[in-house]
Amino acid sequence: MASIEVRKDTCVGCGICVPACPFGAITMEDSLAVISDECTLCGACESSCSFGAIIIRTGEAGGTEIDQYSGILVLAEQRDGIIDHSTLELLGEARRLAEADGSSVSVILLTEKAGNRPAELISCGADTVYLAEDTQLKHFRTEPFSKITERLITEKKPAVVLAAATTTGRDLMPRIAKNLNTGLTADCTELSIDTESGGLLQTRPAFGGNILATIVCSDTRPQMATVRPRVMKAMDPDETRTGAIEKIELQPDDLASRTEVLEFKPLDEGEVDITEAEVIVAGGRGLKAPENFDILHELANLLDGSIGASRAAIDAGWVSYPHQVGQTGKTVQPKTYIACGISGAVQHRVGMQSADLILAVNKDETAPIFEFCDVGFVGDLFEIIPFVIKEIKRRRK
Amino acid sequence: MRIVVAVKQVPDTAEVRIDEERGTLIREGVPSILNPFDEYALEEAMKWRDELGGTVTVITMGPPQAEAVLREAVSMGADEAVLLSDRAFAGADTWATSHTLAKAVEKIGDVDIVMTGKQAIDGDTAQTGPSIAASLDWPQVTFVGSVRELNGDSMVAERYVEGGCEVIRSSLPVVITVLKDANTPRLPSLRGKMKSRKIEIPVWGREDLDLPESEVGLDGSPTRVVKITTPESTSNGEIHHGEPEDLAKLLVDSLLGSEVF
Repeated sequence: MASIEVRKDTCVGCGICVPACPFGAITMEDSLAVISDECTLCGACESSCSFGAIIIRTGEAGGTEIDQYSGILVLAEQRDGIIDHSTLELLGEARRLAEADGSSVSVILLTEKAGNRPAELISCGADTVYLAEDTQLKHFRTEPFSKITERLITEKKPAVVLAAATTTGRDLMPRIAKNLNTGLTADCTELSIDTESGGLLQTRPAFGGNILATIVCSDTRPQMATVRPRVMKAMDPDETRTGAIEKIELQPDDLASRTEVLEFKPLDEGEVDITEAEVIVAGGRGLKAPENFDILHELANLLDGSIGASRAAIDAGWVSYPHQVGQTGKTVQPKTYIACGISGAVQHRVGMQSADLILAVNKDETAPIFEFCDVGFVGDLFEIIPFVIKEIKRRRK
Repeated sequence: MRIVVAVKQVPDTAEVRIDEERGTLIREGVPSILNPFDEYALEEAMKWRDELGGTVTVITMGPPQAEAVLREAVSMGADEAVLLSDRAFAGADTWATSHTLAKAVEKIGDVDIVMTGKQAIDGDTAQTGPSIAASLDWPQVTFVGSVRELNGDSMVAERYVEGGCEVIRSSLPVVITVLKDANTPRLPSLRGKMKSRKIEIPVWGREDLDLPESEVGLDGSPTRVVKITTPESTSNGEIHHGEPEDLAKLLVDSLLGSEVF
């Protein structure tokens, strides 16, 4: 059984580990760190201690022979035959990681009809495209996609497997990782190769974005991660790149599934998925009434943007849930986010802080949103926004 | 209908503050709560129990004090609760957590559906639900907005994905993970509160679940946290005061600098 120990002769009682613990499990008693049952063995104190006085012991390591694994496999995502942009971002990131240790990048594409897509994947960074085509692979379904991918991983032994942290990636990857008895890190925002061990350092936000945790999977392979869309950069397509296309032989029961998609209901006409929006005009408690969202709609239309809202506006029933930005809503990464009458509590912040440009309008100059926006305007949104609309129209003439 | 709801006790991340000097989390006085998404899973489970009959059993894996969230769930209307607690479970990542929860589901027996929140607000991984399904070799439906139909052998649910919503039918047993949109969780009732005070909550440890040490807690976890840092503060924005018309012009100026204008 794993355990944590403070070496009494080495601990100097400096107390640095006390605040390093995210669980408040360490106290100082007689100049010695004492660890309570609140401890989850997360390892934060072990790395904080400059004296090597805290040691976490684990049982024996897993049995995977990690030397046999090499290269990076990306899980491609497509809808209606179009490769999702997040896949190209993963290929770009995989390429960068592969350059570091000279390994190769492959991608698995499961689709109805591949057409020119394998070439597109190669031009964006893949060395090998593993391809399966079948009418039953037109839509994502958990069981066939996981079964086929698991078999490919077992055969090809990639050291790293990446998928986008979309609803597809976050459905599929945990199932694969559990079945292959290996580790998975969710929603990474940074990946790098540890120069000492050659392992993948996977960094992700946790505790509502309050901390960044770096996670490793040292004893099992592959090292699996889902990666937040719109964080990594895709390569500029290079038509001169060459690569191989390898067909996956489907087995008779590969396509069996206990779930079936009866229907796909796209978002209503004119309604955009806010996670894909480039501009979001968002309103919060300061909007005061549902009809007041009309001016935000007008501004959003002018900028070809979508409407977002804080939890306060959703709970009041002013805007529907698909528009909620934040911890219990969606995480968005638009180019521009205009927050109107939103205080900027941490639950909202975690959903929009990766926007390229954050503008905030709020009457209360002590609102937390002014602590992290790029440009803030202290004033009444009902006075300012109509002028903004007028000004945009004037300048466009 | 036997439904198991897997819940988690989490720190109220809204209350977490950063010690700016040390760059660490201040956890003192931060209350522990029932993971908000799990409340929607619990409500969805109880809604269908009320309609079809059966039992709702809440389970959680955690330290002894995690019992509090089970009592809270009972006060809201859950019928039974089991606490999975053992020093050997400490340090579990999503692999080991889902493995342990799945064993408990097997021990409970004859379960038709496992429901859980789409993710917990401390780790935000959304991995435990699908991993439970993999451990049990059951189908899974994730990111469910609502369960539309449910009977003895199948279920139809709406799954929210990028760009729309899939209507999915699944055979039972199945694991589903629930979004906030599913329902409005009920408040604890007086009768529920009384029951929650009296109910005996069994505690199952590693040996009760017949699990080897190598499959639980830190030893059973393929991943490990090696470093925790706080994100760089981005607070160097410019703040403008003034007349609304002037502020509006400045706002449009900032838009001009971006690509959206």
